[in-house]
Amino acid sequence: MSARVLKPEENYITAEPYYQPVGNEIKIFEAAYKQNLPVLLKGPTGCGKTRFMEHMAWRLKLPLITVSCHDDLTASDLVGRFLVQGGETVWVDGPLASAVRNGAICYLDEVVEARKDTTVVIHPLADDRRVLPMEKLGQLLEAPESFCLSMSYNPGYQSVLKDLKQSTRQRFVALEFDYPASALEVAIVQRESGVDEALASRLVKFAGMTRNLKGNGLDEGASTRLLVHAGKLIASGIEPVTACRSAITQALTDEPEMLSAVNELASSIF
Amino acid sequence: MPEAQPLTVRQLHQQLQQILSADIHSCDAKAAVEPLATLPRSLQEYVLNWISRLSSTNIQIGFQFACKAAELVVRQDLHIIDTWLWHTLDIYDLSGIEAALEVIHNVDSFLHYSQEHSAGVVLEEEQGVLQHFLQGLSGRRMKLAEGEQPYTDSETLYLPPIVAMLPSTSENFKLVKAMAAFQWAQNRFGSFRQPLLEQLQLQDDDAFLPLYQAIDNLRLELCLQQELPGLFRDLQALRQAMGEKELPTKWQAIRLQLQDNPFDAEQVMTLTREHLGSLQGYKPRSYEPSLRYDEVVMRQNERIEKEQARLKVALDALQQELAPDTAAQTAVAGEPPFQADKVPDSTQPEGFRIELSLNGTPVAMPELVKNLISSVMMDLDELPPDYLVPAATSDYDPRLLYDEKSTTDGAATSHEEGTFFYKEWDHQRQHYRKNWCAVRELVVKPRHDDFVRSTKQKYAPLIQQLNKTFEAMRDEDKLLKKQPEGEDIDIDALVEALADHHAGQEMGERLFTRMHHSERNIAVCFMVDMSGSTQGWINEAEREALILLCEALEHVGDRYAIYGFSGQTRKHCEIYRIKAFDERYSDEVRSRISGIEPKDYTRMGFAIRHLSSLLSEIDAHNRILITLSDGKPDDSDNYRGEYGIEDTRKALIECRQDGIHPYCITIDKSAHDYLPHMYGAVSYTVLDDISLLPYKVSDIYKRLTS
Repeated sequence: MSARVLKPEENYITAEPYYQPVGNEIKIFEAAYKQNLPVLLKGPTGCGKTRFMEHMAWRLKLPLITVSCHDDLTASDLVGRFLVQGGETVWVDGPLASAVRNGAICYLDEVVEARKDTTVVIHPLADDRRVLPMEKLGQLLEAPESFCLSMSYNPGYQSVLKDLKQSTRQRFVALEFDYPASALEVAIVQRESGVDEALASRLVKFAGMTRNLKGNGLDEGASTRLLVHAGKLIASGIEPVTACRSAITQALTDEPEMLSAVNELASSIF
Repeated sequence: MPEAQPLTVRQLHQQLQQILSADIHSCDAKAAVEPLATLPRSLQEYVLNWISRLSSTNIQIGFQFACKAAELVVRQDLHIIDTWLWHTLDIYDLSGIEAALEVIHNVDSFLHYSQEHSAGVVLEEEQGVLQHFLQGLSGRRMKLAEGEQPYTDSETLYLPPIVAMLPSTSENFKLVKAMAAFQWAQNRFGSFRQPLLEQLQLQDDDAFLPLYQAIDNLRLELCLQQELPGLFRDLQALRQAMGEKELPTKWQAIRLQLQDNPFDAEQVMTLTREHLGSLQGYKPRSYEPSLRYDEVVMRQNERIEKEQARLKVALDALQQELAPDTAAQTAVAGEPPFQADKVPDSTQPEGFRIELSLNGTPVAMPELVKNLISSVMMDLDELPPDYLVPAATSDYDPRLLYDEKSTTDGAATSHEEGTFFYKEWDHQRQHYRKNWCAVRELVVKPRHDDFVRSTKQKYAPLIQQLNKTFEAMRDEDKLLKKQPEGEDIDIDALVEALADHHAGQEMGERLFTRMHHSERNIAVCFMVDMSGSTQGWINEAEREALILLCEALEHVGDRYAIYGFSGQTRKHCEIYRIKAFDERYSDEVRSRISGIEPKDYTRMGFAIRHLSSLLSEIDAHNRILITLSDGKPDDSDNYRGEYGIEDTRKALIECRQDGIHPYCITIDKSAHDYLPHMYGAVSYTVLDDISLLPYKVSDIYKRLTS
């Protein structure tokens, strides 16, 4: 079997991605989209932000272009650049420009990771001008009606260096995400991983314990995503304590004392 | 290789006399060594080694151990004996000789939790893991402490310092974990609810409390069975390993009664009343804690008052944030704006969780509020309506609202405001003395004189030169050419590549320019010797060097701090702040540099420990601790010679383990004798001439950081 090759702007999502709404986030997103307002998704890692975007792309029937931001991401990585082909210079759109050109959804994942001077290029797109200046081409690209800009951000990293500029964040409608309430989380783990309810609720309880440790030795507690991973391992016949160790504990920390403490919690609960 | 011959009574006696000198009567010493003569040589060496370590602290302790040693070493694992002796020394440091001798005399009670030759678990070593474990389990933060018997006062869990009742370490760890979890369960599952405690205090029958406790323990076990089935299996395994019998039939019936809803703590009271006089208690399980209700009640009363105040203030803050306009109204109307509802939640042991709403709309609880509410619920089983009325900070005594600044882990020797306690390494004991140095952070008294100006004048050419070199070290964006990838096309490279192509050669691929952002990300702390010996030239050179350094550092933009240190005995260790990391290089700082004065002695270990802890809080790639000193560690107590050097060395090792690079600049010409031992061969510079210090310091800094 060979991998499917897609251009980013052709990335339509055809099958409905499972997403369990926690509040009225779908309604708010749709309203913001209709009003051409960009959206900021705030929340800890693995709580469903990216899944929510896939779900919305499916709902709105738009291609989804995701950019995972990192600290070397420059403005030209987003907008585009000249390349040399056979002795000629050729302009190549970056993911942001191609999303604007095709009226797609552009989702900037973990936007705080990008350098501050990079995030500034989205400003004209994120207010009522809705244009992307392409300085190197000397052009302004005006966004079509269907274009949608969204980005995600994890306020948990409490580093001064990694905070969003006010001028950036105040352009966005913010949706707050958190781990779902336990009953809902049990349902999600059950549905995504295929374990039974009793096991799913044990996993959720275990996640609650690790979340108690947040700020006291752990940077983050176990996310819903990790629970699903553990659940999937258990569903394929791995022993629960072992599954938690591999899928959750080892993902949370490298610190030996914390590792054994979290392992002790896991072995207490199963 | 066959083991060496054991030492004879005579030889032992000689050695003991040497260690204990003349303080112990010869006949007593002889009585002590006789049993030692029967031991194999390796154990004899072990005992003698310990006697000498103990005697370096106190001869009596050494002698008393000598008397018990022979019996102990054959019965016990050596690791356990080590721990017990360290514990004894800690007690000596904390409470003096009487208390320490008592520990030695009570060796049997200390070893109560031990079986012969078992691989035990030492609480101190497992504390980190257990602390995290408990934090994961519960909402209220529990402290861990050593206690001869396991019990909890509802805020601290006391566990025996050593547990060695079972043969293997893993089994013993399970036992400690079970003890901790059981105490946690007492707190979590309502054993200490205020109404219950009040009823208990009214009981005058002596048999009531033990029976109540036995039934409650049974209930807690059932709670654990439902909540933490894995741990419950451990409990069963432990009972088996300890050879503890099944419950008597009568008790099994009670257990059945409790089984329906073990989370209901009230029923224990009813059951106890019912069976009082007709039921004998069963032998407590090894992991069951003892009860000290008066301590629980005392803690609880303090806590209830504190938490009520804190919750109300926290809710006030929440209201101000969420609905500032309604805050004023409700204060007048007196109607509580917050409401707490029990929402059914099958994942909680109680079957519900608390949800908070403000003026009818549900609100997400901040961590603080959530923790307070869960702690209040643990004490009271309900949230009294009054708790939900926001109140201003000014309504309360600040002592209710804020914990006193905690000093260090464990017991501190004094509770002076703003005092930090640091351990110190005793090389003779080969162990730390806990909370040994009382460190206060003071600010150097500024002196507003001509010093800074005249220094700047004196070294004007040097300053100019330094500014240039340091400026060149700044962070900057560099445009890198001929890159394989980048934002823009490198026209020169492209022209070249096209020319190559026309000439029939392969076209290069490095055709782009890329902006490279280099970051220094360095934090450096200067630790300046302010001991009495710096009087005169040295002090002046230090101050001049600091002025030059600051001027230069302002150009490079690194984060830096300057602290002086001096002290006289462990009780008066002083750190003098000259410039903190987040302080600007202001006139105030300049006049503090000018105001640096020689003080007392050169106790170094505490200064290194304190400054490394400050440095560790700074988020930087490279952290450097540079010491400016004029001689070896020294203090008026026993910090002379080897002791001081060994403690300083240990502090530097800890410092490196924290990811900090220590470096020393000294003018002591004999430093080659001890600095390599303390700092390592390459981490120091000895200046022959003090007048070079101002020239050299910036130079060394530059070399260290680039």
